Amino acid sequence: MSGADNVVWLGTPAFPEAARTALADTRLRANLRRATGTIRDKRLAATAELEDWEELREKAAAVKRHTLRHLDHHLLRLEKAVTAAGGVVHWAADAAEANRIVTALVQQTGEDEVVKVKSMATQEIGLNEALADAGIRAYETDLAELIVQLGGDRPSHILVPAIHRGRSEIREIFRREMGEWGSPAPEALTDDPRDLAEAARLHLREKFLRAKVAVSGANFAAADTGTVVVVESEGNGRMCLTLPQTLITVMGIEKVLPSFSDLDVFLQLLPRSSTGERMNPYTSLWTGVTEGDGPQNFHLILLDNGRTATLADEVGRQALSCIRCSACLNVCPVYERTGGHAYGSVYPGPIGAVLTPQLVGVENAASLPFASTLCGACYDACPVKINIPEVLVHLRAEAVEAKRRDRLLPTAEALTMKAAGAVLSSPRRLAAAQRLAALGGRLVGRGGRIGALPGPFARWSGTRDTPAPPQESLRAWWRRTRTRRREDSRTTAGREG
Amino acid sequence: MRIALFITCFNDTMFPRTGKAVTALLERLGHTVEFPQAQTCCGQMHFNTGYRPETLPMVRRFAEVFAGYDAVVVPSGSCAGMVRDHHRGVAARYGDAVLTEAVERVAPTVYELSELLVDVLGVTDVGAYFPHRVTYHPTCHSLRMLRVGDRPLKLLRAVKGIDLVELPDAESCCGFGGTFALKNSEVSNAMLADKMRHVQDTGAEYLCAGDNSCLMHIGGGLSRLRTGVGTMHLAEILASTEGDAR
Repeated sequence: MSGADNVVWLGTPAFPEAARTALADTRLRANLRRATGTIRDKRLAATAELEDWEELREKAAAVKRHTLRHLDHHLLRLEKAVTAAGGVVHWAADAAEANRIVTALVQQTGEDEVVKVKSMATQEIGLNEALADAGIRAYETDLAELIVQLGGDRPSHILVPAIHRGRSEIREIFRREMGEWGSPAPEALTDDPRDLAEAARLHLREKFLRAKVAVSGANFAAADTGTVVVVESEGNGRMCLTLPQTLITVMGIEKVLPSFSDLDVFLQLLPRSSTGERMNPYTSLWTGVTEGDGPQNFHLILLDNGRTATLADEVGRQALSCIRCSACLNVCPVYERTGGHAYGSVYPGPIGAVLTPQLVGVENAASLPFASTLCGACYDACPVKINIPEVLVHLRAEAVEAKRRDRLLPTAEALTMKAAGAVLSSPRRLAAAQRLAALGGRLVGRGGRIGALPGPFARWSGTRDTPAPPQESLRAWWRRTRTRRREDSRTTAGREG
Repeated sequence: MRIALFITCFNDTMFPRTGKAVTALLERLGHTVEFPQAQTCCGQMHFNTGYRPETLPMVRRFAEVFAGYDAVVVPSGSCAGMVRDHHRGVAARYGDAVLTEAVERVAPTVYELSELLVDVLGVTDVGAYFPHRVTYHPTCHSLRMLRVGDRPLKLLRAVKGIDLVELPDAESCCGFGGTFALKNSEVSNAMLADKMRHVQDTGAEYLCAGDNSCLMHIGGGLSRLRTGVGTMHLAEILASTEGDAR
């Protein structure tokens, strides 16, 4: 599948190895801890003040479940409504097709640059790179995306893609790169956040006023009215969505909602879950084209790129309910330590660990379902109640199954699991293994603890002592001391409890 | 009440003292505890590591061995969660209707220790005495799978002589995660380091939890660093009496 190369970044090692590199970066860890901690607290406060928060979550999950079950139907309704309102709808089966459509549309305008609203779908398909290959420059206008683009970097968070950068780094990037892309940063630029934002504002303003073509994603699209919605904080989106002549929107097919009135639920859930705000500063809604007001050409590209295949999986399909709020990233203890780059994908964190393997095939992202302790904090935080731990465990089984199919010989892990399974499904074999463990403990334990363990267990014992297995298991103790007493107690059980 | 003890394979092998404590505690409260010798394992390790079909024999055995008791007590949040949340799915996917039905009958009788005490037996003061400074770590599966809430803390607060101190950032995961600790050992270590720092900040003599697996991970780190902080399963504190302290 051509989309796979863009959803996952080629050359990124498997999660454990990439995480090791990230963990060694102390500045990254400090940035992440501060940023995720702040958003986490804000989200908790913003969700706690709604008495019907749990009902809203339930309702949103139900709407998404229903929509996904009848996705074909609602997409055709959307196409009809958008077309009736003067827009043009295109269908893209994969990344390559979507990129071809967007490139051709831009070329038809005769322009060689576009301004962009922050969009996960266009990152997923690698649109900027595809446009660059056709000689078209794409300018990111979201502040954090601008930092990532100017820094020649990759996003590490769904909502705050430059979360891995501190403000002094941002100042350096602005000073070094802004001149290459347009108006340069002021000479006396400090690392004060207000100064940095002002520098970005000036740099971007020039592009907004010049641009003839804009490219956006979409948070939602209502199938009944054909209205497309973009939710943002900075106003850059509003500029892109209103000033240029041509607007091209790339939207994953799972973003459709049956009705405009469904926005009631989602526009309460999304800002509170993502930025911890009651309302986001800018919500732009447009329905096709309006003569004399805003873009006069509107194209909506409906992107599949692995979604139909995901929809076919009864357990995994719930990942398609995601509204990209990133609450799961902010509460994830693993993400907090590693940051987003370690996931090697446009979609990092817990949602990435369940979405990426499904979009690209689990064999192409086999380490991601294991990049979790299954602590469940993501499930609790998810505004649409995606049971991320359940999907992770499901995908682990798929990953093991894929490995089993691809290999002639079983892996060492599979052999170990097979042996463990034999022991753990027989009390007799379990008792024998326990006697062996006790013997081992007696041989290597010192003062009741074991310092170093062999083989892969060295990864455990490098930082932890292990208690030596006791000489007598519970089952052995019970048999030795209580078997007769239990018989006695049976006769007196009537007066107990 | 006739209560079966599902000790879990891990506690059976590594922490039999927890099983002895559960037995002593429940018998002190006037109940009969039985230990079916045919029990083995809930299958969690296989299930969570992706060896889902291999879980079936363990699911089957559990449903057979623990059928017919008034209650089954499990001194582990994650094993209780495995039985209650996942056995049915395994039975339905790989087993048959008879097994699925058997699992559905037994699962609602399975309780994590604090649930059994507070919800089923209706006690919070179990008559325990433990004159030490203790902090409590709510393990993820007891917290977010079973939703035991503050039941363990209610039980601990009623212990005579205890100096119970709050653990900062208590609800964040300790980093164990079963095979996660091996597959992603660096991330596990980073999470462990933060958890240990919070434990030490409390000045507690003992860290208490309802899962010995998490405690072996945190306690192993605390031991390696020679912090002097011990770990104790909830059952062991609740089983302690003034007689033990002498």
